[in-house]
Amino acid sequence: MLEIKNINVHFGVIHALKGISFTVNEGEIVTLIGANGAGKTTTLRTISGLKKLTSGNILFEGKDITHASAQERVKLGISQSPEGRRVFSSMTVLENLELGAFLRKDKKKISDDLKMVYEHFPILADRRKQAAGTLSGGEQQMLAIGRALMSRPRLLLLDEPSMGLAPLLVQEIFNIIKNINKTGTTILLVEQNASMALQVADRAYVMETGSIVLSGTGEELMQSEDIKKAYLGG
Amino acid sequence: MEQFFQQTINGISLGSIYALIALGYTMVYGIIKLINFAHSDVYMLGAYFGYVCMTSFKLGFLPSLLISMVLCTLIGVMIEKIAYKPLRNATRIAVLITAIGVSLFLEYVTMAIAGANVRSYPPQTGILDQSFNIGSINITMQQIIIVSITIILMVLLQFIVKKTRIGKAMRAVSLDSDAAELMGINVNTTISFTFAIGSALAGAAGIMVGIYYNSINPLMGMLPGLKAFVAAVFGGIGIIPGAMIGGYFIGIVEVLVSGYSNSMYRDGVVFAILILVLIIKPAGLLGKNTREKV
Repeated sequence: MLEIKNINVHFGVIHALKGISFTVNEGEIVTLIGANGAGKTTTLRTISGLKKLTSGNILFEGKDITHASAQERVKLGISQSPEGRRVFSSMTVLENLELGAFLRKDKKKISDDLKMVYEHFPILADRRKQAAGTLSGGEQQMLAIGRALMSRPRLLLLDEPSMGLAPLLVQEIFNIIKNINKTGTTILLVEQNASMALQVADRAYVMETGSIVLSGTGEELMQSEDIKKAYLGG
Repeated sequence: MEQFFQQTINGISLGSIYALIALGYTMVYGIIKLINFAHSDVYMLGAYFGYVCMTSFKLGFLPSLLISMVLCTLIGVMIEKIAYKPLRNATRIAVLITAIGVSLFLEYVTMAIAGANVRSYPPQTGILDQSFNIGSINITMQQIIIVSITIILMVLLQFIVKKTRIGKAMRAVSLDSDAAELMGINVNTTISFTFAIGSALAGAAGIMVGIYYNSINPLMGMLPGLKAFVAAVFGGIGIIPGAMIGGYFIGIVEVLVSGYSNSMYRDGVVFAILILVLIIKPAGLLGKNTREKV
């Protein structure tokens, strides 16, 4: 579904992504794990079109989207829940969710999807008239994911959904991610919480300073000694 | 007491003008964090466009108002496209200096074309020339029209910002432009639209000042522009209702100061207010104190 072919990304003189390649197949949960600064977020930003790449190609469902604008990518079915949630703080929960469906015109289906988001995250229905900035961290994370779902993505990019959340909430968020995947949405997940990410992921790539250094199924990587040492605390 | 009411009514008229200009400053600041110094010159151009409509084409006030607003919209969008858009990723100071450059450019090009002399709007006839008294307080039709048009434009603006798709896009971009882009919002179009609306309001202010004070000149934007900027800061820069409140507050204070003490003090008092706001509540009346993100 998504093919990343040898992409290079620079921030001025800093070579942030050094020719990385990977694929995400339809229906999978794929995770990118790695330390802070490895280039995970940059990879997601490049896929959603916020960051321009220097060379390489991005293919989505066989179509070259390397030079497509961020809007075109949303239209094609790529949607991102960004790092740090980035909800529109002074707007209500409902307005945030409606903005997620900004490019869609089909009112009926939008309201169906709103119901679907409320089913995944019942708390958002209770809070729908509240300003997003007044939500707790976990609720804001749910809103960020819900907002990303409102564009009806075929591929959902999730950047650090566990960041700053209590362990119980992290478990809840990951259960919801699994549920979203079961309903047919392909997921590319960036995480620092490697053990959680590897548990839900079908496949995983490990990034280190701008390169992919290891890949395999979630289970394989969980058993790997190197991964255990570096990322799983044992 | 009568003098107080009379001055307040005059102040509300002047405040309407400041509020309309302040809205443009505040919306543009809200969306690209730029103090658009050229904005006061769009207001000046609005006065000139109105002048040409009324003298050369002998149009009435309302058609002239609309034409002036449309032309200012185009100028505002052009300024953004030509001068600011290429600097989207430049430092804020570079854009600010560019804005000052655009301001000087508009002032002196207008001077080259229209001359540096003060020009007088044609005397208003018909309904615009009338006035009436309540007790000993005199209210002119011009004042009523200025205030009504301002209120209509503000209601329209609130509707656009709160209810329409593009208005929601404007709010989203001003809150977080990256996140807005992830929603599929075209950030450039949204910025252009913000300039368009702000400039249309400035154009309306320009022609209304023309009929109210009669005289216009190429540098007429400087002082009202600065005061409208003070109004925007007073209300909380980036906050639309703040600009409205700030505009009326500055207008009324200015007129009361000229009425009750020496009119030489009126500009000084306005800028003293700016200094006080910056010391006491830097985020403005409606603003929340936020820490600068690093």
